[in-house]
Amino acid sequence: MRNGKVRAGVAVFAFFVLAALVGPFVTDAMGLSPTAIDAAASLQPPSAAHPLGTTMAGEDVLAQLVVGARTSLLVGLVAGTIATTLSVLAGVTGAYLGGKADALLTAFTNVFLVLPGLPLLIIIASYVQGRGGWLLVALIIGLTGWPWGARQKRAQTLTLRRRDFVMAAELAGESRWRIIVFDLIPNLAPLISTSLLGAVVASVFADAGLAFIGVGNINITSWGSMLYWSQQQQALLQGAWWWFVPPGACIALLGTAAGLINFGVDEISNPRLRAATRSVRRRVRKAAMAGE
Amino acid sequence: MLWLRFLVRRVGFYLAAAWVAITLNFLLPRLMPGDPADAIIAQMSRTQQLTPDQVRSIQQLFGAPDEPLWRQYLSYLGQLTRGDLGVSTAYYPTPVSEVIGSGIWWTLTLVGTTTVLAFLIGTALGVVAGARPGSIFDSVASPLSTFLGSLPFFWVALLSVLFFSSTLGWFPLGGGWDNDIPIGLSAEFVGSAVEHAVLPAGTILLSSVGGWLFGMRNMMITTAAEDYVLLGTAKGLSPRRVMFAYAARNAILPSVAGFATAIGFVVSGSLLAEIVYTYPGVGYLFYQSVASMDYPLMQALFLVVALSVLAANFVADSVYGWLDPRARETA
Repeated sequence: MRNGKVRAGVAVFAFFVLAALVGPFVTDAMGLSPTAIDAAASLQPPSAAHPLGTTMAGEDVLAQLVVGARTSLLVGLVAGTIATTLSVLAGVTGAYLGGKADALLTAFTNVFLVLPGLPLLIIIASYVQGRGGWLLVALIIGLTGWPWGARQKRAQTLTLRRRDFVMAAELAGESRWRIIVFDLIPNLAPLISTSLLGAVVASVFADAGLAFIGVGNINITSWGSMLYWSQQQQALLQGAWWWFVPPGACIALLGTAAGLINFGVDEISNPRLRAATRSVRRRVRKAAMAGE
Repeated sequence: MLWLRFLVRRVGFYLAAAWVAITLNFLLPRLMPGDPADAIIAQMSRTQQLTPDQVRSIQQLFGAPDEPLWRQYLSYLGQLTRGDLGVSTAYYPTPVSEVIGSGIWWTLTLVGTTTVLAFLIGTALGVVAGARPGSIFDSVASPLSTFLGSLPFFWVALLSVLFFSSTLGWFPLGGGWDNDIPIGLSAEFVGSAVEHAVLPAGTILLSSVGGWLFGMRNMMITTAAEDYVLLGTAKGLSPRRVMFAYAARNAILPSVAGFATAIGFVVSGSLLAEIVYTYPGVGYLFYQSVASMDYPLMQALFLVVALSVLAANFVADSVYGWLDPRARETA
C-alpha cells in the first residue's frame, strides 16, 4: 500500500463508494430529485439550482449521477463477485488437480476467452428484455466475465502448487479441497483482490454499454441509462454536454483508478518496473558516453 | 514440422470453439423465457403471408415446440450448412445473410485497419518508452495511455462527435458515406467513405493504442535486464542495435500472443463506436436488430462476429507459434 499509484487508485474508488452510499441523502437534503419532472426547467445548463444542469424532462443531473453511482456500483460489485468466484473455481482447482480435470477446465476457459463477450451479453440481455431487473443483468455479466481471471489464477496456482508448504500439507494427508481452500486461496489473496477490483470495473463498463444500447436496465437510473436517454433525446445535437459528460467521466475515472492500481501492483510484484527507472537510465547514459 | 503439429492442434481447438459458439446460438433462444419462434412468426405475418416453408425454417432456427431437442439441433445444423440463416423481420423479406453481407465489409475494413494500426503504433511507442524508462516521453506517455485506455469507447465517440462534428463541423455527424454519391469505386465515393471513417477509426485507435504501448513498455524493461541483452552490450554493439535486435525482438512475443485476445475486445468496443457514429457496419446492424427485436438478424450477427473473431484469433495464434518455438512445445 506504500505505492503511490495504488493509493491514488484506492482513494478514487473509495470516493465513489462513499458517493454511492451517502450521495443520494445529500442531494435529497439539497432538494434535488433524480426523477422529479419539471417541464419548465428542461435542458438547463449548470446553475445554482441545478449544479450539473437538467435533462430533457427537467430532472436534476447531479441527483441522477449519485443515484446512478449506487446502481452502477451495485451491478459491478455483484457481477464482479460472481465472475471472480467462477474464475477462482475454474483457475485454481484446475491448476491444482492437474491431469484431465485441468485439461478440460483450461479448454473450457480458453473457448470462452476467445468468444466475444459483449455481443453474447447483448443477445442474452435482449431475450431477457429487462425482466429480473438489475440483478439479472449483474448475473449475466458475471456469468460471461470470468475467463480472463481464471487464466491468470491458473498461471499463479501452477507456481504455488510446487512450493514446500503445499507439499507438507499433502504429506500430512490433508484432503485436496482443504489444501485448495486453506493453503492455496489465502496465498492467492492479493491476486484475487486486484482481479475482483478489475472485474467490478469491467462489469460497470459492461452494464453501461448494455444500458447504452437499450438492452440493460434503462428504466432504473444508472450511469448507463443516463447515457442512453441523453443519446435517445439527442442531447448531443442540442449541445447539452452536462447531461452525458458527467456519467461518462465517472465511468472513465473508475477505469483509471483500476488502471492505476494494476499499474502499482505490477510495480510491486515486478520490482524491475520501478527500480529499473534510475539504474537503467544511468546505464544507458554510461553506455552512450562510452560509445562516443 | 513442429509448427505443423502445433497448427493441427490449434485447428482442433478453434473448431471446438466454433462448435461452442454455434451450439450457444442454438440453445439461447430455447433456454430463454417465452417462445421466440412464435414471436417471430407473429411479427412477420403482420406484414406478409408466410409460406409453410418459411415457418419451418424459423422453427428450425428458434425452436419447434413439438420436436425433441436433438432433432431440432440436427435440423439447425443442417440449415446452417446450407448457409440459410433465416429471413430478417425488420428488412423483410430480405434473407439475413444478404443484410449481413451489406454491413460486414464496412466493419472489416474499419476494424481490421485500426486494429493493425493500433498494434503497430502502440508497440513502436512502447519500445521507445521501455527503452528509456523514466524519460520524459515515458513519464508522459505511459500514464496517459493508461488513462485513454480506461475511457469507455462509446463515450469517447460521443464526445468526439460533439466536438469535431457538432461544434467544429470538420467531420460528418454519422453514416458511412455521403448518401448523394452512388456506391462504387469512384474517387468521390472513396473520399467520402474515408472522411466518414476518420472519427470512428480515431476513437478506436485512441482507446486501444495505450494497451499495446503499456504491455510492450513493461516487457522491454523486463527483457532489458536479461543476461543476453547484457551480453550484447558487452560485445560492444551500439545501444540501438542491442535495443532492437536483442531486447525488442523478444519483448514483442507476449504482445503478439495478446493480439489474439485483444481482437475480441476491439470488436466489442467498435460495435459500440459504430452505434454512436451510425456507421453502416455489423455493430450498427446489431443495434438495429436489437432495437427492432429482429431475432433472426441478431442471432446470425452474433454467429458471424464470433466466427470472425475465432478466425482472426487463429491467424494471430499461428503467427505466434511461428515466431516463438517455445509456444509450439507447450501448446
